[in-house]
Amino acid sequence: MIWEWLIKALVLIFTLLIGFGYLTYYERRALAFIQSRLGPNRAGPQGLMQWMADAVKLIFKEELTPDNAYKLVFFLSPVVTMVPSIVIAAVIPWGPPVTLFGQTFNQYVADINVGILYLMSIASIAVYGIVLAGWSSNNKYAMMGGLRSSAQMISYELTLGLSFVVVILMAGSMSLVEIVEAQREVTWFAVIQPVGAILFFIATLAEVNRHPFDMPEAEQEIVAGYHTEYSGMKFALFFMAEYQKMIVISAIMTTLFFGGYLGPGVDRFPWLGPLYMAIKIIILLFFMIWVRASWPRIRYNRLMAFGWKVMLPLALALVFITATGILLADTMGNPWLMAIIPVLSLIAGWIATLMVDRSLRRKSYA
Amino acid sequence: MTVDLILFLILALVAVATAAGMLFSRNAVYSALFLVLNFASIAVFYLLLGAPFIAMAQITVYAGAIMVLFLFVIMLLGAEQLAPIKVLPWQRPLAIGLAAVLVAETAYLLILRAKPAADIIPPAETVNTLGELQRLGMALFNQYLLPFEVTSILLLVAMVGAIVLTKREKGERE
Repeated sequence: MIWEWLIKALVLIFTLLIGFGYLTYYERRALAFIQSRLGPNRAGPQGLMQWMADAVKLIFKEELTPDNAYKLVFFLSPVVTMVPSIVIAAVIPWGPPVTLFGQTFNQYVADINVGILYLMSIASIAVYGIVLAGWSSNNKYAMMGGLRSSAQMISYELTLGLSFVVVILMAGSMSLVEIVEAQREVTWFAVIQPVGAILFFIATLAEVNRHPFDMPEAEQEIVAGYHTEYSGMKFALFFMAEYQKMIVISAIMTTLFFGGYLGPGVDRFPWLGPLYMAIKIIILLFFMIWVRASWPRIRYNRLMAFGWKVMLPLALALVFITATGILLADTMGNPWLMAIIPVLSLIAGWIATLMVDRSLRRKSYA
Repeated sequence: MTVDLILFLILALVAVATAAGMLFSRNAVYSALFLVLNFASIAVFYLLLGAPFIAMAQITVYAGAIMVLFLFVIMLLGAEQLAPIKVLPWQRPLAIGLAAVLVAETAYLLILRAKPAADIIPPAETVNTLGELQRLGMALFNQYLLPFEVTSILLLVAMVGAIVLTKREKGERE
């Protein structure tokens, strides 16, 4: 029993590590494709070994520690950033149970009945690594990056939590396995609650400090933000954590809104589950890269105003709409009444977009 | 049972050590970090008692939200280093007296009033299932609706107060 967990955990960690390597390659090639250039194509066939070359370079770089840094925290914070990004993947189901050597194995490390709360709590402690890195470097710019990241992550966590509530309402459970199975009966939750899925996507971009919300490491303003003083393998750990968070958060989004491992024929061939999962994750990752290639960074006060004045009220409205729709469908006994959820939430999303548009048109917008 | 006991002893050691570290650390950031560790070990206590919901809520709310704000404020004000303390003359005797009262009360409750272990419902079966989660929600929003709403209004008032205190009126000079 304990061996099963150990092997599953090792497989998960190695998949994430290899996934990190190929995600950097994927991102550079996709960016190059969007900007009509070639991207890395020298190391290995089509540049497929590029990430190994990068890793070797980073390992052999000199590690610097600033004289006035708080040494212990400076040393620990890359680790503190890295660990949550792996640990959070433990509750994600990658496929239906499979039979191997006459025994049935579940394709997840753990199925806990408060799975969504687990995701929330790990996501909320992920900020420590970045804040501590900024503080322990004893550098003004690094500190600003750390402060920015903590303010930003706390603000967008609320929207993230409310999108979780939308999913819990629709699935009637906090366990990720049951959420996926609930989508088998109805349909993908992204169809029922499309605005919720988009909100979740935007909030996750802010949570993992991706463009256009990468204020903690805005190069033009604060050098490199929280990892200004880091080099070599310590920097590589930050880099790794960011890309693993991208993969994991795409996996979570797939599970919550896009039917997880469900797909045609997955019941007869359970091994198709991880494949469907991987395809959906790769598509979502492409959206993240696309956003990076298309949009400039948002100014800091606008980022905060967007989080508190647009995302949070809209998320609250979506929770209300979803609850109302489910209650109506339950009391009237007519499941088609659920159709008011997507209609009303699209109207709410449209109103929010109009408001943002109007406030951006005003000249006095600070 | 013995595994639980060993886990409990190690956790208790960590909890006490981090609490002491929080008190004795001269750097406010280290104090805050010790407190985070303390909250985390208490969350593991809840897990050990078979209450995953409270454990996760503990980490999300205390370690994840409140302590991040604490750290944020400490760093923003640059208040990491404590100034050398002046000990007030009456502080120590008062603290010792209060601690003695606390110890006496605890001893009284533990020795004279504590129920035998058999009377206590094993928590693992009562809080662990999802049905229990739903029952928690039902209790919170039916039976305890008024205290719940009053709490949220209190928090709202505190928030409005903070905003009123810090907001600058239009036209007011810095």
